Amino acid sequence: MKGCVKFMSKYDEYEVIMGLEVHAELSTKTKIYCGCSTEFGADPNTHCCPICTGMPGVLPVLNKKVVEYAVKMGLATNCEIAKFSKQDRKNYFYPDLPKAYQTSQYDLPLCEHGYVEFMVGDTLKRVGITRIHIEEDAGKLIHDPYTGDTLVDFNRCGVPLIEIVSEPDIHSADEAIGYMQTLKSILEYLEICDCKMQEGSLRCDVNLSVRKKGETKFGTRTETKNLNSFKAIARSIEFEIKRQIDELEAGGEIYQETRRWDDDKGIGYAMRSKEDAHDYRYFPEPDLAPIVLSDEYVNNLKVNLPEMPVARKTRYINEFNLPEYDAEQITNSKYMADFFEKATAVCNNPKLVSNWIMSDISRILNEQEITITEAKFTAEQLGELISLIEKNVISSAIAKKVFEDMAVSGKNPKVIVEEKGLVQVTDEGAIREIVQKVLELNPQSVEDYLAGKEKAMGFLVGQTMKESRGKANPGIVNKLLKEELEKLK
Amino acid sequence: MKITEQEVRHIASLARLRLSDDEVEKLGEELGQIKEFVETLNEVDVSSVDATAYILDKQNVLREDELKPSFDRELILKNAPAKEAGCISVPKVVE
Repeated sequence: MKGCVKFMSKYDEYEVIMGLEVHAELSTKTKIYCGCSTEFGADPNTHCCPICTGMPGVLPVLNKKVVEYAVKMGLATNCEIAKFSKQDRKNYFYPDLPKAYQTSQYDLPLCEHGYVEFMVGDTLKRVGITRIHIEEDAGKLIHDPYTGDTLVDFNRCGVPLIEIVSEPDIHSADEAIGYMQTLKSILEYLEICDCKMQEGSLRCDVNLSVRKKGETKFGTRTETKNLNSFKAIARSIEFEIKRQIDELEAGGEIYQETRRWDDDKGIGYAMRSKEDAHDYRYFPEPDLAPIVLSDEYVNNLKVNLPEMPVARKTRYINEFNLPEYDAEQITNSKYMADFFEKATAVCNNPKLVSNWIMSDISRILNEQEITITEAKFTAEQLGELISLIEKNVISSAIAKKVFEDMAVSGKNPKVIVEEKGLVQVTDEGAIREIVQKVLELNPQSVEDYLAGKEKAMGFLVGQTMKESRGKANPGIVNKLLKEELEKLK
Repeated sequence: MKITEQEVRHIASLARLRLSDDEVEKLGEELGQIKEFVETLNEVDVSSVDATAYILDKQNVLREDELKPSFDRELILKNAPAKEAGCISVPKVVE
């Protein structure tokens, strides 16, 4: 046997350790400490009052829903809920923060010591949740390229956030994506965050370090901030792993620093070094009273939690006989799962609905770069479309064409079928005429078939379907072709 | 006890304050005196008192999630020294 050199990349000699800090904006109507609207996209500085712009002498009052939503998230991620919790001031000076401190929670967060589980490939992965606390979002800074100044919009200032801090249990980009996807699902199922990552309502910071396999000491970690798409999370992680290993292999050193990811350029870079920038001087918020939660309050939220993604997936496997992979894909998004159930209620064929979601619907959503809630067609319309196939009104091939139309126009499938005259032809007399015409026009194929070339049959079926503009019932076409060819033997 | 020059400069930089050498010297003295004064609290015997972060006998001061009208933008921006396009304009923030 020839000598075989096993190639071992330097990257394989390292272990990656990550912890994620995920920020989710809560979908309350109003801000965390005042009655201003949290709605996204309003004119700058029109959702502001003296409280959220940090005027002196104002008194913030905590929004009840913020506590409720945070506790729900804690319960859904197996956390212990604090009976006694308080809020603190995190001091830092930056123009997006008019008070010069962010009201957050320091040593007594609402939720602690939880975990979530999810599949990475075929393996069940568990990631520990260190804590979940409530805090306020900061304003938005807009760089004005014309004047070179920075413009400040305080609309987002005071929008409630929960920060979900994970244990350093994550070891690859795939695990990070799985974890983030799991949190997103749970937030959607609880209906406490709209999870629009492109609008910043769900975003994450990645703390990452590497060490040689077998080492017990952690390496120096960096923090890449404000990643707001799954693609950006995965790419920035791959970039940072490579950067740190390359640096160490070249005899360099990793500095503890905050980094930013430029998704357009595909590179990460250091923003500021941690040691000189951050000294938050946390202290208890004197304007806000402690949060004291009774067992009754927590239990009441617990028993009323909606069905969670894992439970729903199991139900789809058992109740609808869906393959595990399909069930997982559909239940990942609450909106997709709701869509699935509504469509199934109309046509009563869960397997076909699932097939449509896994193929044509996923493709069209990708092409149009939208989510299912933004689609032109409704679940009921998909259900009707499937019913039309099942009742033999249209063929599956025609249904695909009808669906393309629905995805653009949002019209009812029945209307499209009528308008375009797509009703399936099942009249044997009419189809036989087409079949006879096709056989006449293709003597070579007929000869081939009669000589034993079965493949010629496929061509003749295709020609007949084409001649009928896709409307002939494929079963009848097959049957009649065989009959007519038999006559020619 | 005087606060060291280094500490004064650190605190000033966190608050984005630019201090002259004279001011650093003076503030070191004054902050030291304030700290000393606060430290007299250490002389009180609190062994029978529970630690607390909040002095009032209140908890769960909460409001309903109900919309209230926001302020007019003109009013919100009234005290801003510079504004543009409905925003407060500040010197370029570089990170």
